[in-house]
Amino acid sequence: MELSNLQHRLIERLRDGLPLGKHPYADIANDLGTTEGTVIETLEQLIAHKVINRFGMIIRHRALGYQANAMCVFDIGDDAAPDIGKAMAALPYVTLCYRRERVAGVWPYNLYCMIHGRDRLTVRAQIRHLIARLELHDAPHKVLFSKQCFTQRAGKYGAPRASVSLPAPTETRAIPDEVREIS
Amino acid sequence: MSTELTRLQTRLIEHFQRGFPTTPRPFETIASELGTNEDTVISAISDLKDKGYLDRIGATYATGRAGASSLAAMEVPDDQLEKIAAQVSHFTEINHNYEREDKLNLWFVVTAADQASLETAIKAIETKTGLPVYRMPMIEHYRLDLGFALKWN
Repeated sequence: MELSNLQHRLIERLRDGLPLGKHPYADIANDLGTTEGTVIETLEQLIAHKVINRFGMIIRHRALGYQANAMCVFDIGDDAAPDIGKAMAALPYVTLCYRRERVAGVWPYNLYCMIHGRDRLTVRAQIRHLIARLELHDAPHKVLFSKQCFTQRAGKYGAPRASVSLPAPTETRAIPDEVREIS
Repeated sequence: MSTELTRLQTRLIEHFQRGFPTTPRPFETIASELGTNEDTVISAISDLKDKGYLDRIGATYATGRAGASSLAAMEVPDDQLEKIAAQVSHFTEINHNYEREDKLNLWFVVTAADQASLETAIKAIETKTGLPVYRMPMIEHYRLDLGFALKWN
């Protein structure tokens, strides 16, 4: 869907999060030079058209104790990948699942899923369950646990920029110590 | 588990990671749903933010609908990892940047308003770091929503 100028600007404004005052949409309207009603309507359009797939509290999962974060990658035939991907996505402990392009000569894997857990033992057991349940014993795969989180912030969607500029250091948000713990 | 959340904060996280109210006074809407008052909700949320548990109240976007994005990875020599990771994180187009256990040890997501800006950003990262950036753009998603259930022991 083609986004309107106002939709772009709202997306850009939402990168900083909803202001924590009593009338947050009115505050945003003020910033964007429009009305509260227009901001709410525009936001609801983005949600209804599924441009926004989730609107709410975006938590720092590592700070909240989800330290065992595994990216599991599989090399699955392109024909079979969609069905296996859908079955994988339905498993309760899978938080994200998608098919991606391979990198020739470097990275043969095309089906990805994420499992976020509190400890590695549990996550490893869930991965074994996933492989057994979907009969993926013979599919080449890898499990990449995360070690350090250097950055977690909002995507830079919104109005296109003429060029990429290196930001001033202040624009890079510091990650709280608890988020940077080795998982 | 060192996380100390109040009962209200736990309920906020359980219920409002999605479907956040778009009413003119959303914190009052939440308060009436949870049987408390607006000021209490606002201060509970501010406290979550101050303590680093909440990044923001905001949106996540369906890939390809709001702009362009790609997962990307680099093979970085161990003794340069901190330096290169900082260089990569410096770009505002980076929204996640993790060290992972593999030969490809630095993984990040690059987001931009459109495909051209995305390409420009990736090339700029390669120039800045002097290392190739491998791209793994999404073909199809089966599960995108990242909300966490709080399961307390």
